[in-house]
Amino acid sequence: MRTLFNKVLVDIAKKDKRIWMILADIGYGEIEPFRDAFPDRWFNCGVAEQNMTGVACGVAMEGNIAITYSIANFPTLRCLEQIRNDVCYHNANVKIVIIGGGLAYGPLGVSHQATEDIAIMRALPNMVVFCPCDFAEAEAGVHAMIAHNGPFYYRCGYKKEPPVHAGKIALKLGKAIQVRDGADATIFFTGTIGNQVLPAADALAKRGIRCRIVSLHTVKPIDRKAIVKAARETGAIVTVEEHQLQGGMGSAVAEVLCDEGAMPKKFLRIGLPDLYVSKVGTHEWLLNEYGLSTPKITASIRKLLQ
Amino acid sequence: MTHRGKSGHVGSMLSMAEILCVLYMRVLRVNPKRPKWDGRDRFVLSKGHGGCAVYAVLGELGFFPKSWFNGYYRDKGKLMGHISHHVPGVEFSTGSLGHGLPVAVGMALAARHTGKTHRIICLMSDGDCDEGSTWEAILFAAQHKLDNLTVIVDYNKVQALGMSKDVLDLEPLTRKLEDCHWAAKEVDGHDVVAVDDALHTLPFEQGKPSWLICHTVKGKGVSWMENTVSCHYGSVTDEQLAKALREVAR
Repeated sequence: MRTLFNKVLVDIAKKDKRIWMILADIGYGEIEPFRDAFPDRWFNCGVAEQNMTGVACGVAMEGNIAITYSIANFPTLRCLEQIRNDVCYHNANVKIVIIGGGLAYGPLGVSHQATEDIAIMRALPNMVVFCPCDFAEAEAGVHAMIAHNGPFYYRCGYKKEPPVHAGKIALKLGKAIQVRDGADATIFFTGTIGNQVLPAADALAKRGIRCRIVSLHTVKPIDRKAIVKAARETGAIVTVEEHQLQGGMGSAVAEVLCDEGAMPKKFLRIGLPDLYVSKVGTHEWLLNEYGLSTPKITASIRKLLQ
Repeated sequence: MTHRGKSGHVGSMLSMAEILCVLYMRVLRVNPKRPKWDGRDRFVLSKGHGGCAVYAVLGELGFFPKSWFNGYYRDKGKLMGHISHHVPGVEFSTGSLGHGLPVAVGMALAARHTGKTHRIICLMSDGDCDEGSTWEAILFAAQHKLDNLTVIVDYNKVQALGMSKDVLDLEPLTRKLEDCHWAAKEVDGHDVVAVDDALHTLPFEQGKPSWLICHTVKGKGVSWMENTVSCHYGSVTDEQLAKALREVAR
């Protein structure tokens, strides 16, 4: 997905001269096409994320679109105050792109695992929080990100994620996309964990449990109508995210359900527990260990609906 | 304003009063009738806690009605304690130190990219120079030879919990900046002619960002404030105000 992101960005930047990339020495093997095509709009700040974000803000304040881009937590937590005070407070046109949300960097360990980012980014006024699940959402999302005027958080996948959507999609920020319909429960997911959710829904269907599957690619602003409608029509709500349970997409869905008085009969949030990952393993292995693999998601939903 | 609003940071404002006067009267190209005029010089106050002093200048110049002064730091007011971009004439909001210079660097990059000739001036404090983000920006600005960028340090040598040399000694500051490939100068920050002369030789050196250290006195002009840590926080009583005004008038 990151390769696709960079390709689409370069294509857009050929026509839109406002687009700059401001980096912090991360992106090897991916960012070179932008650097080579637009050397006067590409700057590597060195390993200095606070300056990267401040410089991006200054560039954006002059009428440009500045993109910061790095691994997992580096362009968010390391420079959170610059994102809050400089970018969001001034509603500056800065796009913060992370590569590898959740446990994507697996064995590299906790420093490289973005597991609180959605909660923190969605707490910031003016920020859009976007988590594409597959290449279709990723590509449409780059266009939507550039078209949106203001701060934007883009949680980009790390590898060749398989498609979640069968065909073309019409992506609109803040508007959830229904992947398939079902009457027994609705499963909301955000981001690349959708890969695990679809086969889980298939497994449930074989047992006669038919789930509505909805991609909440935009966690903020969230699609309140789709959430309320799902609760009223299917009666059970499940959220799945590669993120800690506190404050993430599941929390955002719960907020909507409570605010709107649309309490479902059954409700389950599937995500990471309140801990730092201490086990060592690949992305897929860690997902299974922490309850986010297809079999674990399937089992959790079966238990809920028993 | 600080007396009515019962705000602190008075010493930090007094140390940069002459610098601000020179900037707005003699250096910065700004237009009170068109605060967002594209050709304006960009002035970023990184020591946002001194924002009241900038408000005073902007009000005097007509960026907003002077009646706004009455509402500084008070209910329903338009002027918040730390400098705010919601006030006409203010380029950027700050308040947490170490934010101004990276943003000014970005503005300087963007200006050079489009061939614009306005200048970018960032006014910082001792405390700003403690922040890692400031040094990240110092390295970057020199790397990219941003000679349209100027930093002025209101070097009053007092910070929130003590004298700067005792808290985190910045010396030798000029040499540090020269070693970082900036062109640096030092002047008495209360000598308006010296500050004016220095700022009329920008850039100090082609191909390098300029760094002007203004040696100042925290609480300048008020005997019981000068060089004290307490004037960073304390607000001014009625009696102190009367006494201070008499001293400043001399």
